[in-house]
Amino acid sequence: MKETRGKIFGVAGPTVMVKGMTGAIMNTVCLVGRHGLLGEIIRIKEDMVTLQVYEDTVGISVGEDVISYGIPLSVTLGPGLLTGLFDGIQRPLDKIRETAGGFLTRGVKVEALDLDRTWDFTPIRKKGDTVAPGDVLGTIEETERITHRVMVPPGLGGVIKEIKSGKVSGAEYICMLERGKFIELYQEWPVRRPRPFKAKLPPEEPFITGQRVFDTLLPVAEGGTAIVPGGFGTGKTVVEQTIAKFSRSDIVVYVGCGERGNEMSEILSDFPKLKDPTSGLPLSLRTVIVVNTSNMPVAAREASIFTGITIAEYFRDMGYSVAMLADSISRWAEALREISSRLEEMPGEEGFPPYLATQLGMFYERSGKVMCLGSEDRTGSVTVISAVSPPGGDFSEPVTQASLRFAGTLWALDPDLAYRRHFPAVNWLASFSLFHAELDDWFGREVAEDMVRLRGRLYSLLQRQTELKDIIQIIGVEALQESDRLALEVANLATDAFLKQSAFSEVDAFNTYEKQYWMLKTIFAYLESAEAALKRGVFIETILDSPVKGRLARMKEEPNEGFSGKARALIGEVESEFSMLEEK
Amino acid sequence: MALDLIKRQYRTLQTISGPLIFVDRMKGGSLGEMCVVDLPEGERRTGQVLQLMGERAVIQVLEGTSGIDSEASSVLPTGETAKVGVSMDLFGRVLNGFGEPIDGLPPIVPDEYKEINGLPMNPAAREKPDFFVQTGISAIDGLNTLVRGQKLPIFSGAGLPAKELALQIVRQARVAEAEEFAVILGAMGITSRESFFFRRSLEETGALERTIAFINQVNDPTIERLFTPRIALTVAEYLAFERGFHVMVVLTDMTSYCESLREIGSAREEIPGRRSYPGYMYTDLATLYERAGRLKGGKGSVTLMPILTMPDDDITHPIPDLTGYITEGQIVLSRALHRKGIYPPIDVLPCLSRLMNLGIGAGKTRDGHRTIADQLYSAYARGIDVRRLVTIVGEEGLSDLDRRYLAFSDEFERRFVGQGREDRSIDETLDLGIELLNTVPEREAVARRR
Repeated sequence: MKETRGKIFGVAGPTVMVKGMTGAIMNTVCLVGRHGLLGEIIRIKEDMVTLQVYEDTVGISVGEDVISYGIPLSVTLGPGLLTGLFDGIQRPLDKIRETAGGFLTRGVKVEALDLDRTWDFTPIRKKGDTVAPGDVLGTIEETERITHRVMVPPGLGGVIKEIKSGKVSGAEYICMLERGKFIELYQEWPVRRPRPFKAKLPPEEPFITGQRVFDTLLPVAEGGTAIVPGGFGTGKTVVEQTIAKFSRSDIVVYVGCGERGNEMSEILSDFPKLKDPTSGLPLSLRTVIVVNTSNMPVAAREASIFTGITIAEYFRDMGYSVAMLADSISRWAEALREISSRLEEMPGEEGFPPYLATQLGMFYERSGKVMCLGSEDRTGSVTVISAVSPPGGDFSEPVTQASLRFAGTLWALDPDLAYRRHFPAVNWLASFSLFHAELDDWFGREVAEDMVRLRGRLYSLLQRQTELKDIIQIIGVEALQESDRLALEVANLATDAFLKQSAFSEVDAFNTYEKQYWMLKTIFAYLESAEAALKRGVFIETILDSPVKGRLARMKEEPNEGFSGKARALIGEVESEFSMLEEK
Repeated sequence: MALDLIKRQYRTLQTISGPLIFVDRMKGGSLGEMCVVDLPEGERRTGQVLQLMGERAVIQVLEGTSGIDSEASSVLPTGETAKVGVSMDLFGRVLNGFGEPIDGLPPIVPDEYKEINGLPMNPAAREKPDFFVQTGISAIDGLNTLVRGQKLPIFSGAGLPAKELALQIVRQARVAEAEEFAVILGAMGITSRESFFFRRSLEETGALERTIAFINQVNDPTIERLFTPRIALTVAEYLAFERGFHVMVVLTDMTSYCESLREIGSAREEIPGRRSYPGYMYTDLATLYERAGRLKGGKGSVTLMPILTMPDDDITHPIPDLTGYITEGQIVLSRALHRKGIYPPIDVLPCLSRLMNLGIGAGKTRDGHRTIADQLYSAYARGIDVRRLVTIVGEEGLSDLDRRYLAFSDEFERRFVGQGREDRSIDETLDLGIELLNTVPEREAVARRR
């Protein structure tokens, strides 16, 4: 390790200028001033080094010492991450609370993970085995939900000379290789460097959220990226939290980047109580939370999403499907802008630095489904869902636009829908999914052979709804053709009964694909029967007054289990009721 | 204040620009440190170090730089950061934006001094807000419930009665019986007329004894406005987390605050962001707004109600926009309702209280509160759609159903929103909501059947 020292020359907001640090290495961490605040080198210009400091710089004076050991900003990876709550540079907030009380004081030094805690290690390799990077040495039941696979870190490998069994801790090695190499329970990994894998795999399965508008209309593939832009109050955070609660992923890494403290406290108090729909165990057992609220130091906010994605990649490498939720990427971009402006860099669009898109790309491209390192064939994935907070709700701003280039799915939130309390307030016509073609096979195979066709019909119906609404604005609803009035009514029904979904209702919050399919099937059976009745000469008013519509509107309140049976019965009712309607 | 004896005075003022002075060869100053600025005629002013670059310090002078000369004035660093004295004796007092009394009463002897910037609350130590605050305003209590520890701003426009509404809330706000309740007013850049109005209203209603007012008038120094909300919130945190009070902080007008921030930013020659407000305005506002909340194991709470004026009624302007991204919802006032003579002119459609679900329901307000609120929302939204339709196709082109929704939306605005000065209990609010809902057909309101 290379040690370099210097003296503080200037302080401006979260940045500190240091003189005399010859030989300093870019992106390595420093201890700054008499409080030993943590900083990272972000620019080296002749003998002047600029740092971003991860803690409040008030009280720092010119002339104080800065020391760097040449280590890049890293996170500690190992058992104990799950159920954890960390700040943007992986300091454990629970432990800090124990030592420092309710408010975050500066210069508190606490290890990210408790290295003294003992774990029960079950080796699956033995003495004499040859291991390579990524090979699983053994397992630890990290929580009741998740088995932690202890892997050979990248860059190590060889013949096992000794491997431990039973109680292990971070204080000593768990495996000794020949030539005196040791493998420890915990490994450090630089946050800005993607973790290696064997190969990236194409997306072919959907990332299941249980939300009808996403799963059916706008799916994101496992290992894909989705962005959720929306003005304030359109429900970005609720979308993120709903996915954290109900998605079918093994692991959830939730990064609260520059957002509200009270929302985080809600997650922290709810997650240990809420049950994960797959296992029935508390959600917190599969969750890692990284939180840097808006009032916490801005440089640590910049680091938080990299801390989060590195942890996500670590679980991916074990062969898990990981959901990485970033709320919100705009706050990260603003932190970048704030630091860039303190560096007096030439600003790009809206004051953001010109390298915004490059950095965003580096983050988004760390998503993906991969063949993990190691001799076994293991696949893992990181799916990134990131909220974007465009100023004034205007999607033409740089962060939304740059994110759109990298995202496979756009869930555009619409204030108009939010004002009507239609949630998730996704504007289905403005949003898109690039994964349709890749996932169609899966839909045909796993859901139903006509699922893709039904989705197509729903799209056209919704398109027609928009056109008809424009027409009504001019000529009024009474002047519409009868078939159009019917189409509009059914489109409205689909909007309310299918697209609108309550994240807070126990039954409605998570829907299986089976239920989604049967709901669509029922809605189109209604449309077909009504069209047939209309053709037979039944008054449109008679059709629209038929009470069966109310039952369709409430079918979302039926549970997933046994839904197909209920839907079949409902379709029967629709058919018989419409066939009995009297003609004019 | 323990002054460091070796600190020396600097007579090296190089540049004076707006509210800032640039001092050379200033050794040992630290970021955020307070300084005494001595003028030749014996006048003393206060400065704060904003930036350090080598031996040059950028200092903002709280009282302004007018009258400072670059030769004879001197600067003395005090070794202290900005602090405010806190005490229970502050109740009933009116102070300026720096926390000095302006009510002609004797000075306050503080129990202790607190740093005005405060520290961020550890997210692990934050308690989830879960208790309803009754404001007596139907549009808030019924539809956008305020919860203890929440930050809920009022978005107003020039000439709209935001301050009247704020005072009505201050007067009527109730938490559960037998709990200590305090109100802190932080006024920034208000006119002397408004200042007079605030003080008189607080006195008349007898609310003054549980109130502490920090008032910075429009003719007071710009930089004082940057201190006012921090001082108000520091006192609030002291009362809430050390004395167990439920504190409601009203900050008005955040637009003046943001303009001061822009003024300092431009004097520092920073690269401006949107509409030339500084790029760090989001973070700066967050360090104020996020001070609302509750602490685990603590008794008190800080509930924050900032008021801001949307320039040209534009909700996408950076000030309301950034505020809305930080706060837990917003109450939006409407010029159209105000012109119709509806008070309070709350436009409920764009309003939101993100924490509402935590504070309502059985045992808190009433079982079924959420359903009533949702149905009022959707019925009103539909009525507004019909109203738009009427302007095109005329009332004759409406179906009977549409007419009923139209009538509903008018009644809703007139009776539910437009309650005037009345103080309504939550039961009165919800009963009225149900009464209004009964005028629209049952069949349409799907959820009410349950």
